[in-house]
Amino acid sequence: MAEKKRLKDLTFWDKIYIPAILNGLALTFKNLLGPKFTLKYPEEKFIPSGSYRGSPVLVVEKNGVERCVACGLCSRVCPALAIEVQAAETENEKERYPEKFEINMLRCIYCGFCEEVCPEEAILMSKEYELAFDNREDGIYGKDKLLKPVEELKDRIEFLRRYK
Amino acid sequence: MSTFTLNDEEIEFKPGQTIIEAAKDNGTTIPHFCWHPKLSISGNCRVCLVELENIPKLVIACSTQATEGMVVYSESEKTLEARNAVMEFLLINHPLDCPICDEAGECKLQDYAYKHSIGESRYVEEKTHKDKRVQLGPRVMFDGDRCISCSLCIRFCDEIVGEPELTFIKRGNGVTISTFPGKQMENKYSLNTVDICPVGALTNTDFRFKTRVWDLSSNPSICTGCSRGCNIDVWVINNEIKRLTPSFNKEVNSYWMCDDGRLNTFKHVNAKDRVDGAHLRKDGQLIKVSWDEAFANASSELKNITNKEIAFIGSAFSTCEDNYLFTKFAKDVIGCKNIDFIRHTNPDFGDELLRQNDLTPNTMGAELTGVSPKQGGLNLDGIVQGIKSGKIKGLFIMEDDLLEAYPELEKSLPSLELLIVLSSNFNKTTAFADFVFPAATFAEKNGTFINFNGRVQRIKPAVETTDLDRSLDGMAMSRLDKFGTSFDRWAIGNKHDARASWKIISGLSVLFDKKLKYKMSENVFDDMSKSIDAFKGLDYDIIGKKGVLLKDKLNEVTQTV
Repeated sequence: MAEKKRLKDLTFWDKIYIPAILNGLALTFKNLLGPKFTLKYPEEKFIPSGSYRGSPVLVVEKNGVERCVACGLCSRVCPALAIEVQAAETENEKERYPEKFEINMLRCIYCGFCEEVCPEEAILMSKEYELAFDNREDGIYGKDKLLKPVEELKDRIEFLRRYK
Repeated sequence: MSTFTLNDEEIEFKPGQTIIEAAKDNGTTIPHFCWHPKLSISGNCRVCLVELENIPKLVIACSTQATEGMVVYSESEKTLEARNAVMEFLLINHPLDCPICDEAGECKLQDYAYKHSIGESRYVEEKTHKDKRVQLGPRVMFDGDRCISCSLCIRFCDEIVGEPELTFIKRGNGVTISTFPGKQMENKYSLNTVDICPVGALTNTDFRFKTRVWDLSSNPSICTGCSRGCNIDVWVINNEIKRLTPSFNKEVNSYWMCDDGRLNTFKHVNAKDRVDGAHLRKDGQLIKVSWDEAFANASSELKNITNKEIAFIGSAFSTCEDNYLFTKFAKDVIGCKNIDFIRHTNPDFGDELLRQNDLTPNTMGAELTGVSPKQGGLNLDGIVQGIKSGKIKGLFIMEDDLLEAYPELEKSLPSLELLIVLSSNFNKTTAFADFVFPAATFAEKNGTFINFNGRVQRIKPAVETTDLDRSLDGMAMSRLDKFGTSFDRWAIGNKHDARASWKIISGLSVLFDKKLKYKMSENVFDDMSKSIDAFKGLDYDIIGKKGVLLKDKLNEVTQTV
């Protein structure tokens, strides 16, 4: 192996390392006395802004009807194939609804493509980031866990309307 | 041959052909909604407008006859402008409900809107509203909003089926499709209108909202509803058949198939009563056992019965390969002369268009492969009498329900010493069987059927069994099939432990002196083509996608059918 050459030989002060250590400690003490950014999670929780992409959820209108018409575009666009939709017919004006809507949170990569492609603004990225499971089955969210009332998602809708 | 110029290219045409037909024969598709190669020309959608040199106005390619030296531009600036304008007109009243519409993904209007339209609507007024969810007939649902009034469905009922059941009513903006008052669209071919409808106005009530078409995989196969052998595509998601659609074969079914074939021939593949794994009877109960155990027990019991007291019933539902090995097993391995198969016919089923009175796909195949009694052996009636009188003690049935055909045998079947049944589903006969081997259905195996006029056609697997692998066995793969893992609920599917009948027989024969060993159904067919005159010179490659007409010895057989 060829011998590697240093770009520059170390000086005496470089070799004893003390100035470098003092430099580092100066930064430490400066931040120790400055304003704090850490949170005492889980007692204190981080509340993200509307631009945050947490786990995807389904929107329920004020009248209790879900917006989703089970078109399957989210499922088609999902790069991780996390979404499974099974459509069925209803008597409502929108003839279709998802009989089954499952998102595998272990597969989901929170890219937000499903939200972007949705023609009904029915699937949104929520602020939810606490996703931990002790078995694979729990990672699959059905409609029971996905449906969220529209009021809880106001931030995100506002963000999307402004920037999408 | 006469020629004309299409987009600066010289193309040939037959006299009398229209521009759109000649272009299609030469590989150029001119956009169209209301034109269909098998229906009369209506010329009402105007989307096939093309530019002709020296003619100031554009003409429609579907009704303008090609003439020598004509110069046509189907992609010129003027043509595209006109096409975009026509699309804009068609989209004025078309609802933007593709997310809800079942046609999305295979919709011509959607495709052309992407390709030829400006992408935005300038129309700000309210769209017209018509009736939605109109049940036109027992199998077809109509959505008035989506209809673009191309009249294909009307012309299909009128010209192909010969039962004019549909018509336009009202005028202008309000024009819509309706059946005659008090009547329903219930002809036997009504679901073909769903296939030819360029938009989602007509939908199949059986398939409606079941799945998105882009998630399905499709494999070519043959309909098993009657002896016509219509060419079909089998559409599968998550290893479950969702629908069958006809595929074009000029010699057999053109573009069509009947509703019975489309709806009633695949439900048993997905059914809950499928036989899953080999079963044998212990203490009066059918118990699932390993294949080896079932083979070993069945063979030793078969050896216990003399070959005069045993009978074999083949099947016209099975492929030629199945029947060929079945016959070989019966005649050569066991040395039995009593062999026949049940004919299923219905004199009211057939018609002049496609449907045949013979309700099985492979009667001629069963005949040609020799599923008939040897000299001195019993035919079907003889076998039935033999079972009743107790003369027949062992019975080997392949893919048929004997009790359904002969209910009077219900008392005699239990007294048989041995009843071996190869069946895809549990049925009346399997209830008395000592051994039930799970036979693969038509959608789970390779093989050949011979239709009523002697055309050999291939069937290919579309549904996986534990014996098949979607990628290794060359089945079409959807995106979900490619990327799914065993942890995904939508990819686990339901794989039955079933094998093609010839494979079961081959496995059983290994325990006898004469062994019938074959690797693939293709090998069985090659052997067949060597030993049976009618199949001489044929192999799977020659049969190809559209099938081959058998010539030799055909006349002899047709007389006996």
